[in-house]
Order: sequence, then C-alpha cells, then structure tokens
Amino acid sequence: MSKRIDAKDVNIYYGDFRAVESVSMTIEPRSVTAFIGPSGCGKTTFLRTLNRMHEVVPGAHVEGKVELEGVDLYGPDVDPVAVRRTIGMVFQRPNPFPTMSIRDNVLAGVKLNNRRISKSDADELVESSLRGANLWSEVKDRLDKPGSGLSGGQQQRLCIARTIAVRPEVVLMDEPCSALDPISTLAIEDLIQELKKDYTIVIVTHNMQQAARVSDRTAFFNIAGTGKPGKLIEMDDTATIFSSPREKDTEDYVSGRFG
Amino acid sequence: MTITDSPPSGEAPPGPRGRVVRRRASGDTERGFSRIFRWIATGAGALILAVLAAVALFLIARGWPAITATPAELADSVPRYPDDTSLVAYVGPLVFGTLLAAVLALLLATPVGMGIALFISHYAPRRLAQGLGYLVDLLAAIPSVIYGLWGFLVLAPVLKPVWFWLGENASWFPLFAGKVSATGKSIATVAVVLAVMVLPIITAVSREVFLQTPKLHEEAALALGATRWEMVRTAVLPFGRSGVISAAMLGLGRALGETMAVLMILSPGFTYSLHLLEAGNHQTIAAYIANDFPEASGLAVNTLIATGLALFVITLAVNMLARWIVARRKEFSGAN
Amino acid sequence: MNTTISAAEAMQQTKEMLTASGQRRKNVDRMMTVVIWFCFALALAPLVSLLWTVLGNGIGRMSIDFLTLSMRNVFPGDPGGGIYHAIVGTLIITGFAALISVPVGVLTAIYLVEYGRGPLARAVTFFVDVMTGIPSIVAGLFVVALFTLILGPGARIGVMGAVALSVLMIPVVVRSSEEMLKLVPNELREASYALGVPKWLTILRVVLRTSVAGLTTGVLLAVARVIGETAPLLIAVGVTDSFNVNPFDGRMMTLPVFAYREYSQGNAPCREGDLGCVTDIAFQNAWGAALTLIAIVMLLNIVGRLVNRWFAPKLR
Repeated sequence: MSKRIDAKDVNIYYGDFRAVESVSMTIEPRSVTAFIGPSGCGKTTFLRTLNRMHEVVPGAHVEGKVELEGVDLYGPDVDPVAVRRTIGMVFQRPNPFPTMSIRDNVLAGVKLNNRRISKSDADELVESSLRGANLWSEVKDRLDKPGSGLSGGQQQRLCIARTIAVRPEVVLMDEPCSALDPISTLAIEDLIQELKKDYTIVIVTHNMQQAARVSDRTAFFNIAGTGKPGKLIEMDDTATIFSSPREKDTEDYVSGRFG
Repeated sequence: MTITDSPPSGEAPPGPRGRVVRRRASGDTERGFSRIFRWIATGAGALILAVLAAVALFLIARGWPAITATPAELADSVPRYPDDTSLVAYVGPLVFGTLLAAVLALLLATPVGMGIALFISHYAPRRLAQGLGYLVDLLAAIPSVIYGLWGFLVLAPVLKPVWFWLGENASWFPLFAGKVSATGKSIATVAVVLAVMVLPIITAVSREVFLQTPKLHEEAALALGATRWEMVRTAVLPFGRSGVISAAMLGLGRALGETMAVLMILSPGFTYSLHLLEAGNHQTIAAYIANDFPEASGLAVNTLIATGLALFVITLAVNMLARWIVARRKEFSGAN
Repeated sequence: MNTTISAAEAMQQTKEMLTASGQRRKNVDRMMTVVIWFCFALALAPLVSLLWTVLGNGIGRMSIDFLTLSMRNVFPGDPGGGIYHAIVGTLIITGFAALISVPVGVLTAIYLVEYGRGPLARAVTFFVDVMTGIPSIVAGLFVVALFTLILGPGARIGVMGAVALSVLMIPVVVRSSEEMLKLVPNELREASYALGVPKWLTILRVVLRTSVAGLTTGVLLAVARVIGETAPLLIAVGVTDSFNVNPFDGRMMTLPVFAYREYSQGNAPCREGDLGCVTDIAFQNAWGAALTLIAIVMLLNIVGRLVNRWFAPKLR
C-alpha cells in the first residue's frame, strides 16, 4: 500500500474566484508531508483537491493534473467515489456518525463496498482498524455504544480507524488536532508516526511545532493579500524548512514573525 | 433609523446626573405604560390558551346532551339514526373512516414527501432549489374546495382504470377486494387527494431537518467513498429520522381534519369495511358534520357537536405528539 | 508493499483501482436519483393539472356580469347571475377575521419574543403549534356552540364565520410574526434602550417598524390560508343567494361556499329545446368561483412575497 502523488500546475477555483494558483509538488509514499501557512492560504483547499472532496462545494472546480502513480485523478474514466475510497480523509473536527455504534462507525465505509461481510471478518477488521488507530484497548468493551460518547481525542482516532478500515493508499488529515487538547494531540501524533509505515500521509496544520515533530517534508503556502490566490512558496525536507529555508517569507513564518 | 425620533432634541443639555437617572428608570424597571404594554402582550398570549380551552369546553358543553341521551331519544331526533344504537357505536364507523382515509393518505404521501424534501435539499441544482420548494408550497395554498372539484371531476376518472385494474388483478389482497366503484368515489380516491394535500407540510418539515444535516457528517460519508445516495442513507436519513416522523404526524393531523375534499368526492357509508375500492362504505367525521349540519336541529346538532369533539380529541392528541417529538428533537440538536 | 513491481505495473494497478467502482452501487445511486426526481415530478403533476383545470373550466364563465351580479332570482339552469355577493362576503368575513387575528397574533408574538419566559410562554408556544392543527370544521362547531349561547340556536351571521376563521388564523399569524420579530437584531433594541427609550416604545418604534414588511407578508399569507376555508363558513354563516354587507345580521355567501353549493346542485333539469337553460351551468359557476378564488389566493401569495422582498430592511 501507499502511493505517490504528483500535482502538476494545479489551479483551484470557487466559481470565478481563484483560490489556489499553480501548485506543483510531489508527495512521497510512506512519508508524512505537512502543509503549513497562514489562514486562508489555500492549504486545506489544496488538500481537498487531492481526493476530489473539493468538488463537493457547489461551483468549485480544478484545473491541472493530480496524479496518483501517474494516473490523473481528474481523468475522464476516473470515478470520484473510487478516488475518495483510495485516498481517505480525516477532518478538522471529529465527525463519527452520531446514530451509529463505535463498531458500525468503523465499518461504515467498508459496508458501502461489501454488503455481506461475514461477522468474523467484520470483527477482525474492527479490531485491526481500532488497534491501528491506537483505540482498541480503550473501547473494546463498549463497541456497541454510540461513537458520540467518546472524548474528542478518542472520536478523532475513531475517525482515523474508520478511514483506515477501508484500506486506502493515502490518508489526508485536515488539521486533525486543532479541536483537541494537548494529550489527545500527542496520541494522534504518535499514531501518525506509526501510520506512515503503511500509508502516504498528508497533514494540514496550523501548529508549526507539530509540523516539525511529525513530518518528513513540509510545504509552505502563502497569500499575497485578501482576494489573491494562495501559492506554494516552497517545499523541502522539514529540517531544511525550519532551519534554512530558501525564501524569506518562509523564514518569517516559521520564526513566528507573522501568521 | 427610528431611534433618532425618540430622544428629545434641541433642548439645552441639562444636568447630566439627573438625566441618566431618569433614563435608567424608564428603560430598565418598566414604569408607566411599559408595564401596561407588558400586560397587554401577556394577555394576548393568555387569550390564545383561553380560546383553546373554550373550544374544548363549548364542544363538551354542547355535545353533552347527545352524550347523555338514550339511544331511543337519539333515534327520534337524529335523521338516519339506527334504532337501539349507542352514540359510541354510531360514531365508531366515522372514526374508523376518518382514520382509514388519513392513514392511507399518509402512507402514500410520506415516501413521496421525503423524496421531494431530499430533492430540494440535496439533489436539485442549488440555484433552483428555493424556487422549486416554493412550487411545492403552492400546493398548500390551494383551497380545499378546489381540491374537491378537481378530485371529483379530474382525478377520479384518471384513477378509475387503475382501481379497476387492481380490482381485477389484485383482489386476493383484502384491501382491494369487493366491487370496484364505477364512479371512482371510493376512499382510495379520497386518500390520493388527501395525500396531495398533505404533501406540502410533510415536505416542508422534512426539508428543514434534511438541510440541517451537519456538513461534517455528509463529508465524512463522502470521504469514505460513498455515492450520493449512500451519503444520504448514512448521514442525512438517520439524522432526520425524528423530523420525518413528526412531519408525518403533522400531515396526519391535517388529513384527519380535512373536510371538503372528502365531502365532495366520497360516496358515504357507515361500515367498518376494509374494501378501499368500493363506494358507499366509509365516511369521515369532518365530512359527515359538514354534510348534515346545515339541516340539523335540536338533539341532532348536539350529536354532531359530540362527533366533532371526538375529532378534536383525536387531532389534538396527534398534533401534541408530533409537536412533542419536534420539541424534544430541538433540545437534542441544541445540546450538540 | 511489493517494491519490485515496475512503474508501468503500478500505474496500471492504480488505474484499475480508480476506475473500477462497483457497478451495482452506481446503478443504485442512479436509480435513486431518478426516483427522487420522479417524486418531485409527481408533486408537480397535480399542481399543474389543478391550475390548468381551474383555468380552463373557469375562464369561460368569466364576464363582467358574473363578477358584478348576485344569484338573486336566478333559476336552476339560468346562465345569468354571478358571484358578486360571494366576493363581497368573502372580503368582509376575511377582513373581519384579519381584524381580530392580527392584533392578537402580533401581540402574542411580541409577548413570546420580547417578554416570554417561564411556563406561560412555554405553554403558549406549545399550544399555538397545537392550535395550527385544529380541524377547520371543529373551529366552525366551536363558533356555532358559542353563538348559540348568545343568539339562540340556528343563528347564522357573517361575524360567526369571522370568529371561526380567526381561530384558524391566529396561530399562523403568531408563528410568522414570531419568526420576523426574532430576526430583529438585539443591537437595535439595545441601541434604543441606551437612548433612554422605554421598552414599549422600543417595541413599537424599533422592533415593529423594522419588521413591518415581514409582518405584512405573514399576515397576507395567513389571509391566503383562511380565505379558501369552506367547512366552517358552511356551518357558521350558511348560504344565501342575495347580496348582504352586514356581517352582524343574516347569512352571507362566500366564494368557497358558493363553489361547493353550485357543485352540489348538480346538473339542471332542462326541457329539450329550451335555449335559455344550460344543463351544467352550476358546474360552470363552481369553476368560475374557483378561478376567482385561486386568483385571489395567488395574488395574496405573490404580493406577500414581493412585500417582503422589496421592503424588508437588510439586516445581514
């Protein structure tokens, strides 16, 4: 599992408004890539184009190519539903389905594809996914309780379990810790380190220390001003970005001078 | 805006302390007319409760003579009253007919109403959605007497072949057994008209709850690789379930009380028959009252009012249940 | 996992992964889309059919005479006469109903939004909702029972109909007014208090004036709702063929009741060769009244929405 992504000259629009301008980058498999930058710089928007969630917003469209192992995600034969199954996503706020139990939440994506999954297979999958999300020991005794009864950090790990239960190639994370307390954040960060053994991981974060802690490569996005499109300023190994970036904007940002 | 009219203008600024005190007194502690105005507004609210209580009281008071009358007295003064029948046995078939028509209408209207609500909330092009919703609301604006005219003169002839087909090919099913009405003036036709009439209310309430589905849950489903329908099934429908239930209950309340469409379409009868396609078997309380009241006098009036009381109690119960579900739901979603 | 596969193989594998979506799931999705569009079409069909039928059947009967004459001295089958008395009756009775409902409804909404706290407010909110579900025939029975007490049995006067319609109209007015008053931002109220304006003046001058367009819309839509009510008027006001403008004395005719009355008359027994006799004139009259009624209802709806669109202050 885990595949590489190549974005080639990607422009992203909301209606007539260009939100992100001409981004090209390569995301390596089995690594963690972090997107950082000030609010409104288009990092979340760009993340959402990587699994075609962007087009869920009315009027939104994308120009350019996003290739997964050389296959353009926006190609004519490609099914957006299959794209989202191959490239999973974890959201800013934990969003387990409130009417489903913990077990059903984990199985939600799997059941869409495979209606008649046997009970033993399902049990196995629930356990392996929850173990994969470091949640198994905490919830194994209450799998039939609703997912909304968990703490915020547990809910977020449940969402991660739900995402990896579908066995995606890539996991996108949109500020997965911004709604969580520091201890839950650490738990998620540890989990990200383990997940990168099997998956390509892309994480958007506001927290530069977090980017420095968890990622192998970092991409810095910025905007020239309100109403202007966001741009990729530079992308490099995380250590380089935080110690000796090429661009002055990047240095200003990572040293906390704005943003 | 209008605020500028209120403070006295053009006068020399008086001592600041005195003015501040006076303003606080009139603004905060409700002296003078403010208090009277509060009483007036509160009185209007209380009046509504009083009216509702009065409706119940007057119906009970005027229905009482019929409730306490002996079957013999009733048979003497109420036209077509069968001998040796208690009031309950007399009203029974009417209650049955009322419930039957309303429940059938609901069975037809609820799935369609949900479909329309989903259409407007999740399927229609966004720009058109509001306008299309307004079109459905127009169905609620059409007077019931016009539904009656249309149901009898347009819809009944259209449905008649359908009922005949069902009568020939599905008569093994108890509801479709019996002799199919040659005029289409059966409870089945009435149910279809009632279904059209309650569609807007079911649609409106379901639409609101479907639109409230958190984006988070919809996106969670889509990000797992759900198609649009699968997203609706996993995120929207479970979230809106109680809303749809109360929408159906409100629709039921509306269908129970509908008078003119039933009166103008249905060929009446007083039985407990389940043969939906037969004419002359059923009658609803509302249509029965509207039909007999203009000619009634004496104890017959009391009997009709007692019948109306039964309808009032049934609709009140249904509506209170529906509103209770809605209110409970509000508390839940407010807590999240 | 398997690092030995070539780039071309990996690409092929990915392509399959991204294009192969379950055909069954796709079909279900398409089918449900069709079903949901069909549901909407299913709702439009009766609307279109109904409006078309009323227009087609009613337009032929429309004439100046039809709109300006009553049915006095019109014999069965006689194509003369008109609905003037019914139009006037409808306007008077609905007007009186609005006269009762608007103050009570708006004041109740003010109570709920500006003062309402505690069990009374909760009871009012709940029972206003419950009251929207009162069957119209029950409202009619209530009024008959009430006025029998005052006027004795058998009384049928216009104002009884107005009271019955009020019972149906008040909750609608309360609901819509409440929504409108809630839209008035609290900052406006506080600005007014800060200027030393007492609460009642703030409500009258700021809150009501800001929301007057919305309130008007609500009232117009509520009038449109009750103007087509038939059953309560049938039992509380009765029927007449004559012109009557006094709602406190004698029966009055209204448009919906007229339409029902003509419908229930059925075909007229015409002698053969009698050219002055039209067999289905009663049905024609019913459709004519229906068309007039629908025109009034639609007009109220359209004017109501336009008032709100044009005159509503931009709060957000």
